[in-house]
Amino acid sequence: MATMGSLFRSEEMALCQLFLQSESAYTCVSELGELGLVQFRDLNPDVNAFQRKFVNEVRRCDEMERKLRYLEREIRKDGIPVLDTGENPEAPMPREMIDLEVKFEKLENELKEVNSNAEALKRNYLELTELKHILKKTQVFFDEAMYPPNLPYDQDVYFDDDEQVNLLTDTSLHQLKHIGFVAGVILRERIPAFERMLWRACRGNVFLRQAEIPEPLEDPATGEQVYKSVFIIFFQGDHLKMRVKKICEGFRATMYPCPEAPADRREMAMGVKTRLDDLNTVLSQTQDHRHRVLVSAARDIRAWMMKVWKIKSIYHTLNMFNLDVIQNGLIAECWIPVANLEDVQLALRRGTEKSGSLPAILNRLSTQESPPTFHRTNKFTKAFQTLIDSYGVANYREINPAPYTIITFPFLFAIMFGDLGHGIIMALFGAWMVWREKPLSAKKTDNEIWNIFFGGRYIILLMGVFSMYTGLIYNDIFSKAFNLFGSSWHPVFNDSALMSKELALDPANKAQYDQYPYPFGLDPMWQISNNKINFYNSYKMKISIIFGVIHMLFGVILSVWNHRFFNRPMSIYCEFIPQLLFLCCLFLYLVLLVFHKWTWYGAGGDPSVSPSCAPSILITFINMVLVKPYEEAGPVCSYYMFAGQFGLQRFLFIVALICVPWMLCAKPFLLHRMHKQRTIMMQANGGEGVVEEGGGDAAAAAAAAVATAEEHDMGEVMIHQGIHTIEYVLGSVSHTASYLRLWALSLAHAQLSEVLWQMVLRIGLTTSGLAGGFLTYAIFAVWAFLTVAILVLMEGLSAFLHTLRLHWVEFQSKFYGGTGYAFVPFAFETILDQAENAGPEQ
Amino acid sequence: MAASAIPIILMTLFWGLVGIVLPIVLPKGPNKSLTQCVLIITAVSCWLFWLCCYMHQMNPLVGPTLHNTTVVALRKLWG
Repeated sequence: MATMGSLFRSEEMALCQLFLQSESAYTCVSELGELGLVQFRDLNPDVNAFQRKFVNEVRRCDEMERKLRYLEREIRKDGIPVLDTGENPEAPMPREMIDLEVKFEKLENELKEVNSNAEALKRNYLELTELKHILKKTQVFFDEAMYPPNLPYDQDVYFDDDEQVNLLTDTSLHQLKHIGFVAGVILRERIPAFERMLWRACRGNVFLRQAEIPEPLEDPATGEQVYKSVFIIFFQGDHLKMRVKKICEGFRATMYPCPEAPADRREMAMGVKTRLDDLNTVLSQTQDHRHRVLVSAARDIRAWMMKVWKIKSIYHTLNMFNLDVIQNGLIAECWIPVANLEDVQLALRRGTEKSGSLPAILNRLSTQESPPTFHRTNKFTKAFQTLIDSYGVANYREINPAPYTIITFPFLFAIMFGDLGHGIIMALFGAWMVWREKPLSAKKTDNEIWNIFFGGRYIILLMGVFSMYTGLIYNDIFSKAFNLFGSSWHPVFNDSALMSKELALDPANKAQYDQYPYPFGLDPMWQISNNKINFYNSYKMKISIIFGVIHMLFGVILSVWNHRFFNRPMSIYCEFIPQLLFLCCLFLYLVLLVFHKWTWYGAGGDPSVSPSCAPSILITFINMVLVKPYEEAGPVCSYYMFAGQFGLQRFLFIVALICVPWMLCAKPFLLHRMHKQRTIMMQANGGEGVVEEGGGDAAAAAAAAVATAEEHDMGEVMIHQGIHTIEYVLGSVSHTASYLRLWALSLAHAQLSEVLWQMVLRIGLTTSGLAGGFLTYAIFAVWAFLTVAILVLMEGLSAFLHTLRLHWVEFQSKFYGGTGYAFVPFAFETILDQAENAGPEQ
Repeated sequence: MAASAIPIILMTLFWGLVGIVLPIVLPKGPNKSLTQCVLIITAVSCWLFWLCCYMHQMNPLVGPTLHNTTVVALRKLWG
């Protein structure tokens, strides 16, 4: 059963010691990283990270990584696509590290210089642009002062009282000569506060004009586009000037010198314009240079990144090794799957050939330590193994539930989710993900929900397929039924019977019932009947118990393989057999009663097995546990389902009761007896071997100490066994009840889907005429959305979680330890994956 | 009181094929035992699921109760 490489048990592991020559250690570890089948143990757990041998190299790698990250950020800032060629460069030799470092250093410096140049240029450019805007806007202000357009705009005033207007302008012009002003640029959103502040601080004695700069300006520090406004403030006197300047500074406004004379201003504007043009050319040249540098870096950055990550991980690994001072080498300890020892040897040979030193030596060590658990999975089994591992990683070499879960998981899910329509939707989604597997997995995203769905694509596909099967059996497609084979029920009634509102079909009436059931699944007649919930309840409850008990029995039986594999015969006799008996005597008997009732009772036959005589199985079962004799129900019916039922039930119950002390006491008792025998033998041996009296005393004392230690152990064993027994006995009752969730969720799902049809789609379907057509079209969208969102997604999630629980608790508690630890090999593949996923967050 | 033999034979044959014959004739491969396990569990669960459904209807204790309008509609639709 436990063949090599199968999923049924974890792989056999070997603890190995590795002697590496110091020249070839790097290349050997690099080869092992490419192979990815060796888990190194940290041999210096007490040495902190800064005191290890290759700290310097790791630090250099960190530095290189930082530079590359900087480059990457700059590349991303410019929106240059990074080429992913999918190539996987080998880890470079240590001497190439210096070349890489020099290269990155050069690139970083070049980029930094270009950036600082560009920033200075941009700042200059910004100032000049702002100055240009100031000159332009202030020109407008001064022009307005000359020819004021916003004086009282009354036609009469303007044309009739020409004199007055002229007088006014004269005054303002006249005043301007005595008035000082400050011009500058400020962020647009600061304007209102700025204005208010000026008004309050200067008591309304200043005059502020502002105009918006229509196009956004680039902030050289952050590279963001900001909107700004030009302002000009007029005031009188030096005192106010000081105050205005202070306020301007406080609001981070930039002030520019603005000549008073129009001619000076014009001249200045011309100067600014030519300087701006010059700057523009220089700036674009700088940008071109930067772009060229980045584009050439973008071509190689992925390969560089991978190289650096690989070097870093190699040095991290080398840091875990011990120094062999005498041989000038390194000693490593590692776990290797026994099946791959050859591959590891080959990789080591390749590594030593590369560096041309003495060969590395691999020794197998024997150890008491529990090895890591390694399940070799493929893309199909991986998701199922993940489900199991999220509960707990299997103990070394114990039975792995994953291979059985591949089918039982989707199947139990489907019992709850049984609907052909919803199953098809789910199966199609799963099939699409499986079909587009390669392109979809190449498209790496951070979307966690998508990654979960995509990781479980095979589970989703199987859950969908099994839901289609159970949906066919439930004869349920979007809460409607197919009549594929012709119903066995025929609603044949005479017209007078139709007057009553409810009509019951009689199973004994040959005209109304064919006398043999619908061949595949539930009869479609039930879907349209009024009493379908009663019928479905009794059916679904029974199958929940049947499948639940079989699932648990399967779990208990699997525990035998564990006991046999680990050579624990005592556990088979003292645990497995009573456990199996307990479960069979109570719950398998319950299942058999269900089958008995199905075959025995029915309409139209002997009156003693007529429907009215059919006993409730639940009450029968309760009476069995209470050991109550049943009173006769009447002249025709018997409360017993078969002859000798009472005796059999009493016998089964007594056997089940005996199983409890058997589970509780047998193992501790046997252990105790074994210990006792051993101590007696030890004492006997001690007495023989000792000559001196004093020595004899010491030996006796030692034996007594061992005995007390064992007695202490015995207490622990008793407690452990007690907990185990209580857990199992109470567990099998509560777990059986727990499987009723299959019924409950299945019922809820069917009801919800029916309610959705009745409340939503029916509105459209029952409206007649053309309006009905359009309405159905619209309503269908709502119905389809709700079907996918609620019935497939939400109900699917809830059924998934319940299935998970049934596997983790009800099934695995019967045999699974799950206290192992996973095999985490040193593999470049996983290291690169992790580094890439961690990258964008930094 | 009655079960028709045909569906029982057909379904048992079909799932027997999946659960017994297929695992035996499966070509050799690295995943043979896993595929066998998958096939057997599938066949057992699906067959049992169908069987339970069939047996539950084999000897009906009650018949479906229909609304009289449903009866009239069925008479019209199914003849």
